[in-house]
Amino acid sequence: MSDSQASLPIIDHPNRRRFLKTAGATLGLAAWAAAMKPLLDLTPEVNADEFLQKHYRELTPEQKSVVFKRLEEETKAEYNADVTISDPPPMENVLFGYALNLSVCIGCRKCAEACHIENNHDRASNNSYIRVFEMEMGGIDFEKGNATYDHPVPAPGKYYMPVQCQQCENAPCVTACPVEATWKEKDGIVVVDYNWCIGCRYCEAACPYHARRFNWEKPEIPAEEVNPVQSYLSNRIRPQGVMEKCTFCLHRTREGRLPACLEACPTGARVFGNLLDPDSEIRWIIENKRTFVLKEELGTRPRFYYYFDE
Amino acid sequence: MKVSAGKMLYIVAFFTIFALSVQMYANIKTNEVTVIPPTSNAVTPFPVKINPPKGLPEIPTDLKDANGNPILVSCNSCHGVRSPNPKNGSMGPLVSFHQDLDFVHGKLVCISCHNPEGSYADFRLASGESVNPKDIIKLCAQCHGPQFRDYQHGSHGGMTGYWDLRKGSRQRNHCINCHDPHKPAFPLFRPVAGPNDRFTPHQVKETHE
Repeated sequence: MSDSQASLPIIDHPNRRRFLKTAGATLGLAAWAAAMKPLLDLTPEVNADEFLQKHYRELTPEQKSVVFKRLEEETKAEYNADVTISDPPPMENVLFGYALNLSVCIGCRKCAEACHIENNHDRASNNSYIRVFEMEMGGIDFEKGNATYDHPVPAPGKYYMPVQCQQCENAPCVTACPVEATWKEKDGIVVVDYNWCIGCRYCEAACPYHARRFNWEKPEIPAEEVNPVQSYLSNRIRPQGVMEKCTFCLHRTREGRLPACLEACPTGARVFGNLLDPDSEIRWIIENKRTFVLKEELGTRPRFYYYFDE
Repeated sequence: MKVSAGKMLYIVAFFTIFALSVQMYANIKTNEVTVIPPTSNAVTPFPVKINPPKGLPEIPTDLKDANGNPILVSCNSCHGVRSPNPKNGSMGPLVSFHQDLDFVHGKLVCISCHNPEGSYADFRLASGESVNPKDIIKLCAQCHGPQFRDYQHGSHGGMTGYWDLRKGSRQRNHCINCHDPHKPAFPLFRPVAGPNDRFTPHQVKETHE
């Protein structure tokens, strides 16, 4: 009789020691499987090339072209969109500045919408680098503004203050980053290497203007809506779990074009240009209008100027 | 075929008005207004162009076409042949054709801008000097000086194209692309929906107290 039951020792000869051994082994195996599970999820998205990729500023031109090609192929595979990824360099003798006329801004959020489309933002969250605050006349503290208004604008007694990255001269987000994944370029634009960012969000906490965004989800964009003109440091589709921010549309502005938010503005509230060119419109604004910067007392020295007419 | 002298006159008048309208429209379309050099960059190979107005204004008649769309008629159809009444300054007494034309523009009267000595599609400055339709920014500028100054320096009115004119041209809106000259106040807008991000305005916190 005992011969036929020899294959199931626990059932056959149950005792405390055997039970604990088996339970321990099972739990151990389950824990190991659970610990290894993320690897299974990651394999399609993280390959050895990406894992071993160097920091953007250490890439040689040849390595860059390999990286850009890989990213283009990934975009094709994941979004079914044919895109070109480049990295226009900063222009010589150019320092970008932006000014915004609060007297003519009507709060229509067309700039935020244009940013959403231009920069390949996630459609579900309707993300944008621009937040438009509805402000009470008489105060300039945008922390007291309302960013969720939904009524015909401009409403009586209110004015509207769009806030995006201020491209600070003394940028707190850059010093906060523990891995140097974000830095200031020669033309004043603060950029992020999305492949170097570890997603700790210290920069988001450091920014006094709430200008940085985190990719909580993988951005979802229909293939036909993907903006195919992309650059590595600006509007290429960001991976999940990294920070992103306004780059003054450097893929456009470094080619001499105006940023998308400015072109979308129906009132002409936005003025963009080269601060080093004494004949530029932005210099005329700074020299002739009473401009101010947000939270000047923090010493961030923004390159985004606000003003009222008269 | 017998055509009476009266009919003949009508036909000739019709063709004259038609030809004049086409010519004026063509003028507006083809002549680029280049009043404003925005920066004095020593070399600017690319121009700043001002979007031409959409053409001569039209007003609705009470009639509708076969598809139910209102039939519009160019001001010139009548004003090309009728002589204006300089004593009239408001819309009130104008009982035919003008009902749908809102006129809310300060204390101006029709002939403040329309030149009564021309065809009504001609304009005149306060000095009496006639202004070509393509130059009507001058007409607006004589009252709206600060706006004109800001416009000249790129801080009023939408634009597209290049900030760097060494690389490409720029297109700018004309005053009347955005402001209806008869009712220039900017209309209310329904704003585009904002982002659904996790940013909570501080104001909301205060309402919890």
